[in-house]
Amino acid sequence: MKPTRRQLLLGGSVIGGGLLLGYATSGPTRPERAQGLAAKEGEHFVTTWLTIHPDNRVTVYVPHAEMGQGVHTSLPMMAAEEMEADWGLVDMVQAPADPIWANGPLGRGYLAGETPIPSALTGIVDASFFKIAEVMNLQITGGSTSVRFTGQWGMRMAGAAAKEMLIRAAADTWGVPEAELVARLSHVHHEASGRSASFGELAVKAAEYDPPNSPVLKSRENFTIIGTSKPRYDIPAKVDGSATYGVDVQMPGLKVAAIRQAPVFGGSVKSFDGTRALQSRGVSHVISTGDGVAVVADNYWRASQALELVDIEFDDGGNGSVSTQSMFAKFHNDIETGATEDDVIVGSTDNAFAESGHHLEARYEVPFLAHTCMEPMNCTVEIRDGKANVWVGVQDALGSKAKVAEIAGLSLDEVTLTPLMLGGGFGRRGPNSANFVEQATRIAMQVDAPVKLVWSREEDVQHDYYRPAVAAHLSASFDEKGNPTAWRNTYTRKDEPVEASNIPYKVANQAIRYVESPVHVPYGAWRSVAHTQHTFFNESFVDEMAHAAGKDPYAFRRDLLEDGSRHKAILDRAAKEAGWGTPLPAGRARGIAFQESFQTIVAQVVEVSLDEAGNPKVHRVVCAVDCGTVINPDGARAQIESGVIYGLTAALFGEITIEDGAVVQGNFTDYDAVRLAQSPKIEVHFIESDAPLGGMGEPGTPCIAPAVANALFTLTGTRVRTLPLMNHDFKAGPQLASAAD
Amino acid sequence: MTISITVNGKRRELDVEPDMPLLWVLRDELGLTGTKFGCGVAACGACTVHVNGEAMRTCTLPVDAVAGKEITTIEALNGGGPTLTSLQQAWIDHQVPQCGYCQSGMLMAVSSLLASNANPSDDEIDAAITNICRCGTYPRIRAAIRSLATV
Repeated sequence: MKPTRRQLLLGGSVIGGGLLLGYATSGPTRPERAQGLAAKEGEHFVTTWLTIHPDNRVTVYVPHAEMGQGVHTSLPMMAAEEMEADWGLVDMVQAPADPIWANGPLGRGYLAGETPIPSALTGIVDASFFKIAEVMNLQITGGSTSVRFTGQWGMRMAGAAAKEMLIRAAADTWGVPEAELVARLSHVHHEASGRSASFGELAVKAAEYDPPNSPVLKSRENFTIIGTSKPRYDIPAKVDGSATYGVDVQMPGLKVAAIRQAPVFGGSVKSFDGTRALQSRGVSHVISTGDGVAVVADNYWRASQALELVDIEFDDGGNGSVSTQSMFAKFHNDIETGATEDDVIVGSTDNAFAESGHHLEARYEVPFLAHTCMEPMNCTVEIRDGKANVWVGVQDALGSKAKVAEIAGLSLDEVTLTPLMLGGGFGRRGPNSANFVEQATRIAMQVDAPVKLVWSREEDVQHDYYRPAVAAHLSASFDEKGNPTAWRNTYTRKDEPVEASNIPYKVANQAIRYVESPVHVPYGAWRSVAHTQHTFFNESFVDEMAHAAGKDPYAFRRDLLEDGSRHKAILDRAAKEAGWGTPLPAGRARGIAFQESFQTIVAQVVEVSLDEAGNPKVHRVVCAVDCGTVINPDGARAQIESGVIYGLTAALFGEITIEDGAVVQGNFTDYDAVRLAQSPKIEVHFIESDAPLGGMGEPGTPCIAPAVANALFTLTGTRVRTLPLMNHDFKAGPQLASAAD
Repeated sequence: MTISITVNGKRRELDVEPDMPLLWVLRDELGLTGTKFGCGVAACGACTVHVNGEAMRTCTLPVDAVAGKEITTIEALNGGGPTLTSLQQAWIDHQVPQCGYCQSGMLMAVSSLLASNANPSDDEIDAAITNICRCGTYPRIRAAIRSLATV
C-alpha cells in the first residue's frame, strides 16, 4: 500500500522520527542522541535540528552540503521563520555525517508521491513503503531537494514545533494559558502582564516536552524572514582564503597521492612497475587500485611527478574500439530498429499523421558532458586500528561513509566522516559517483598514515560520470491552419527525472518513446539531469514547428498553454520583460525557451549576435521563474544566474568525445568554460504563489541552450540540431546543422 | 640547495626542488591552502597570487623563478590585519562567491588589475580577468568591480 502524506506526517517512530518526533524505536531518542553527540555543556537540543543556547542564540543543524547553492543559509531561514527567532541570533552548523540528521523529509517527499525521484538518488531510493527506514539514512544534497523537502518538511516543522514547546514552557512557568502567549524575535511574551522570557531561558524546560506531532505552520503573508534577502553564512570565509575544502585538509604525517586511471572505461591495471617512481624524493608507495595506479608521496607535486615514472599497462575492458561516431550510429540505429518503450502516449499519432498533409521531422543529438568542478576530485582517508577517518566534500556524506566501510571491511560505527566544503558539485559529487572515495580507501588500506588522494584536472575530465550523450528523432503533424495535431519523439536512454521528456504544450496526439541504447561511458547526474537534453530537443523542435507554421515562436508556444495557468504567466512575463517583438540593433536576434523542472517553471529570452569571427555572443538573458515561494531572493537570483552560465558553457563549448574507448579532452584548454568576457547580462523575475516549493539549484540550466540556438536561427537561418555551438559555422549562410544521418 | 622566498612578508628558506611549482610550495610545504589548484596548466587562474605585486598563476611557475621575490597570497591580501580590503568587502556586499573555490584567484587577479587601473572599462575587465568560475559568479564579479570605480 502506498502511504498517504497524512500517514507519513503523523506516522510512528520510524516514519515520523526524521525530524522532530523523537525517533524512539529503541535506545535514546533522536534529540537525546544528538545531545550526546553534538551539544556542549549547557546547550539543549529541542529537536535534532535545532539547539537553543543559554545566551539565546540558536544553532540550526543543516544536513546538506554547501556547494555554493546557499542552502546553509536558506534552510536556517526556514527554521527561524517558524520559530519566530531573531535572525541575528541564528547560527548554522553542517550536521555531522550521522543518520540522526539524515534526510527523512527528503525520503518523505518521494514517498508521498509529490515528485519523482531525481537521478541523483537513482539506485538508492526505492519508492516503496518498506524502504522508508533505508531512505531515512540518506544525507544527500542533489535533485534540487534541500529547500523542497528538508526545508519544507524538516526545518519549518522543526521550527514550528520548537516554538510551540517554548510557548508551553512559558505557559507552565507563569501559569497562564498558551493562547495568551506570543513568540517574537527569540522571546515569548505575555502581553497582558508584560512578562517576557528569552528562548534561551525557556529552553531547558521546553526540552522536557515531547515535540508536537503536527505543529502549525505560518502562512505566507505572515513571513518576516522568508522572502527577505539574507547574506550567506559561508561567504566571509570565501573572500580571505580561510574556507576549508576537501582538498585543503592538512594534518601531521599526511601523505598525498596522485593517480592515473585506465584510460578506457571498464579497463583495469594489467601490470605496473613502480621501481623508478619509488626512487624519487618523498615517494613512499606505488599502489594499484584496480582501476588505476597511485603514487603516494609527501606532497602532491612529488607524487604527480613520480607517477610519470611508473610503467603501467592497462587493458581496455573490450571497449577499445568505441568512438563518439560509433555510439551515435548505434543510437540512431537503435531508435529506428530497436525495441522501444512507451513514455507518454496520448491519442493516436498514427491517425493524426495520416490525416495531415503537413509534417515536420528532425534528428537531434547532444554530446557527453563533464562537470569540471573547480576543485578537482579528492578524498582523505586514514585507516588505523580498525577505524577509518574520512575527510571529504561530497553531496552524500552518509553514502560515502558507507562506501568506505564496505571497502575497508568496517562497520558504519567504525567510520567517521568529516564533511568539508565542496569546490563545486553539480551532481559530480553525488551518490553512485564516488570513484575517488573508493580509490582513496583502497590506497589508505595499504598506508600507515592518512592519505589525501588528489586527482589531476586531466583525470577529472577523463573519469567523470558524464551527462549522457543522447539522440532523439522528433516529428510533428499540423492541420491546415498550422496548429500541431501530433508530436512524436523517440529518444535514447530513459533518465531521471521521468517527466523531463514531457512537453507542456496542448497537442492532442503524442507518442513519446525511448530505447535503451547502452554504451560503456559512465553516466551520472549533471546539473538538471535529463532536462538538459530534453529541453534542448523539445524547445528547439517547437521552435522549428513555429517557423514551419509561419508563426511567431512566442505566440506559437503561448497558444499551446492553458489560459490562466502558471506556465502561461511565466512565458508572458519573460516575453514582456525582454521586450519580445520590439526592435533590436542590427545583427541581433532574440530566442525563447521554456521548461518546468524540479517543480520550478522557467522561461528565458536571450539576445544573441555573432562576433567578428562568427562566434555566437549572448548579450542578455531574461529569466522568468515560478518556484512557488522564494526563500532567499538574492540567493535564488544567484542560483538562476549560475544555472544559466553553467548551461551556456555547455551550449557554447561543452563536448566530451570518445576515441578508441577513451575521452579525448583533458583540461580547460580543450574543454573550455565561459569566462567574464562571454558572460551575458542576466535578469531574473520571480512570480510567487502558494504553489508547492520548487527547486532552485538546477532549473536555471535547461532553457539556455535552446533559447540561444533558437535566437541563432532567427539571426542566421541556421537551425542547430547538435551541440555544442562551436562546432557550427554561422557565417556560412543558412543551413540545417542537422544530426548526421 | 635552499631557495629563499618572501611570502606574506615572511622570509622562507625552502629545501625543495627548484622546479617545484610555487603553488605546491605554498600549499603543501607552507600550509597556505587559500591558493587553489584548479588545472595545473595555468588555464583557470585558481592559483593566482601576487609576485612583486603582479598577478601570476603559480601552478606552472617554478619556485626558483621567484627566488628572492615578494609573494602575497589571499591570506595576506588585506595585509594580514583584521580589516578586509574594500575589494573583499565588495565581494561580500555583492554576495559574489558561490562554491567559492575560484574566488581566491579571482580576488588576487582583480586586486592586481585595480592597482594598475582603478576604473577599468568592461572591455578592460574582460581582457584582464580570464579566470574560470564554474558557478558562474561573473555578473556579480563585474558588479563588485564596478562598485569600486573611483569616478
